[in-house]
Amino acid sequence: MSSRGLFARSMLVLGLVFLYVPIASMMVFSFNNSRLVTVWDAAHSPTLKWYKALLSNQQILGAAWLSIRIALISATAAVVLGTLAGMALARFGPFRGRLLLAGMTTAPIVMPEVITGLSLLLLFVTMGQLIGWPRGVGAVTIALAHITFCMAYVTVVVQSRFAGFDESLEEAAMDLGARPLTVFRRITLPLILPAIASGWLLAFTLSWDDLVITQFVAGPGSSTLPMVIFSKVRFGVTPDVNALATIMVLIVATGIALSTVWMRYRERRRERELQLAAAANL
Amino acid sequence: MAFLARLEPRGAHRVGGRLPRLTQSAGRRLIAGIPTLWLLLLFLIPFLIVFRISFSEVRLAIPPYTPLIAWHHGRPTLELHTSAYSFLFTDPLYISSYLYSLKVAAVSTLCCLLIGYPMAYAIARARPATRSVLLMLIVLPFWTSFLLRVYAWIGLLKYNGVINNVLLYLGVIHQPLAMLQTDFAVYIGIVYSYLPFMILPLYTNLEKHDPTLLEAAADLGARPLRAFLAITLPQSVAGILAGSLLVFIPAVGEYVIPTLLGRTDQLMIGRVLSDEFFENRDWPVASAVAILALLLLVVPIILFQRLQRRELETGR
Repeated sequence: MSSRGLFARSMLVLGLVFLYVPIASMMVFSFNNSRLVTVWDAAHSPTLKWYKALLSNQQILGAAWLSIRIALISATAAVVLGTLAGMALARFGPFRGRLLLAGMTTAPIVMPEVITGLSLLLLFVTMGQLIGWPRGVGAVTIALAHITFCMAYVTVVVQSRFAGFDESLEEAAMDLGARPLTVFRRITLPLILPAIASGWLLAFTLSWDDLVITQFVAGPGSSTLPMVIFSKVRFGVTPDVNALATIMVLIVATGIALSTVWMRYRERRRERELQLAAAANL
Repeated sequence: MAFLARLEPRGAHRVGGRLPRLTQSAGRRLIAGIPTLWLLLLFLIPFLIVFRISFSEVRLAIPPYTPLIAWHHGRPTLELHTSAYSFLFTDPLYISSYLYSLKVAAVSTLCCLLIGYPMAYAIARARPATRSVLLMLIVLPFWTSFLLRVYAWIGLLKYNGVINNVLLYLGVIHQPLAMLQTDFAVYIGIVYSYLPFMILPLYTNLEKHDPTLLEAAADLGARPLRAFLAITLPQSVAGILAGSLLVFIPAVGEYVIPTLLGRTDQLMIGRVLSDEFFENRDWPVASAVAILALLLLVVPIILFQRLQRRELETGR
């Protein structure tokens, strides 16, 4: 154990350093005065000038606002569709079309994005010719594309949550005479709520972050934030992107910390209730 | 639990049992049907359209490809062109892009495995409280922008970037190294971005192992390395496969990483597809590139789905 344990542990430390050094360097250089980005200008740094430049950049702000709206809509729709799919796959036993649904919810997760993006655009073009809708590409087609690949992730998250708790609670409620909808609202939903919440957050992040699929299904005037960033960094490093990255990392870190605390709290409360219920039943 | 306090007479709603069952089955059909329809329309049918357009020819019109059915003397005739495919096989650029993409994906997957396996192992053997913190540290970068994390490496790997500056300062090198726009930079970028996808399935697998087996092996005199090779490694094959496929399949079609960090003289297939579509506006060739890439990936994708299904259906 000891030598192998030591090797594995040092690899873990090195791996974590590898994961965090690039993020840390971006954060440090976002306070650098020099335009050269990677040369520290000790005389005039730290400075907040790139943050000021960022917050007055209308193109970036507009793109961020579009990205937020698309991510909100996509995540919400993806959670509804993904929860339905996850429930069907986890709870319905064998049914016709099950293999098809299972295949179509796992394939988008690994499918190279250029292929998904191309196929979705060609679908929208063909639909536009056949039924006259959508009339062009833009925010609507971006949202439709995002819903599709996000729901695959939500399905997996929800399905594995379903697999983690046993059906007897639902059956007990049915035996006690609760209607299916009541059972869903009072038992199933509270149990899968953590999965739904993390599925929504995951979908929001994926939508907010996506570049490749979005590039295919976006039109003129519908540039999302990743598209604007990509066109900036493709032709070299720009310091205000470092500032943007720092802001995003801080938001995400806070969000993750808060949601972890919230989920722990919910989990504990639920466990306590279950214990109380068990005690009451004795 | 709250609902147990309000006990209703058993089976109060079960009178006329057929009706609830009927509505229940209609509800079930709706629950499974809505996502199935959505994915049929927005995931499966689009591939059929790509397949169909790969058999047409480019033309200057809207849409920029020949129709499937043409009218000759008032009679409909099916027009299938294979020119897009023959083009892919005559120009060596495409074959070399496919081979290069497979090589880059394979090497990166192997590196991910060699780095990720010990990391997952260490996390699985850590104390429970430390374990959840470590897992969060692994997942956290995944929640921050993928694009920005790849971009961060430009600043590190550049000719006058951070790594070169540090190495020059330490006196390790006397000339800056050319690291950006090389294969090395692409490997770094892919390993960096996909490492969490390797670690998580490996961790879920390794965490389930029974430590008493290793103790038994040690009691019987097996050295740690031998016990690892005979017990831990064979038991973690499913995790290794799942993690490797999660890295390999998307890496073959990777677009952002090679575009920002990679070579300009040798393109990966994702970039070729994108360029055919956006720069050359040749939709049939772009579609044919996609179909051939899918053919290469169909076996790994099916393998991944099987693993995924087994994982989700046996429960954790």
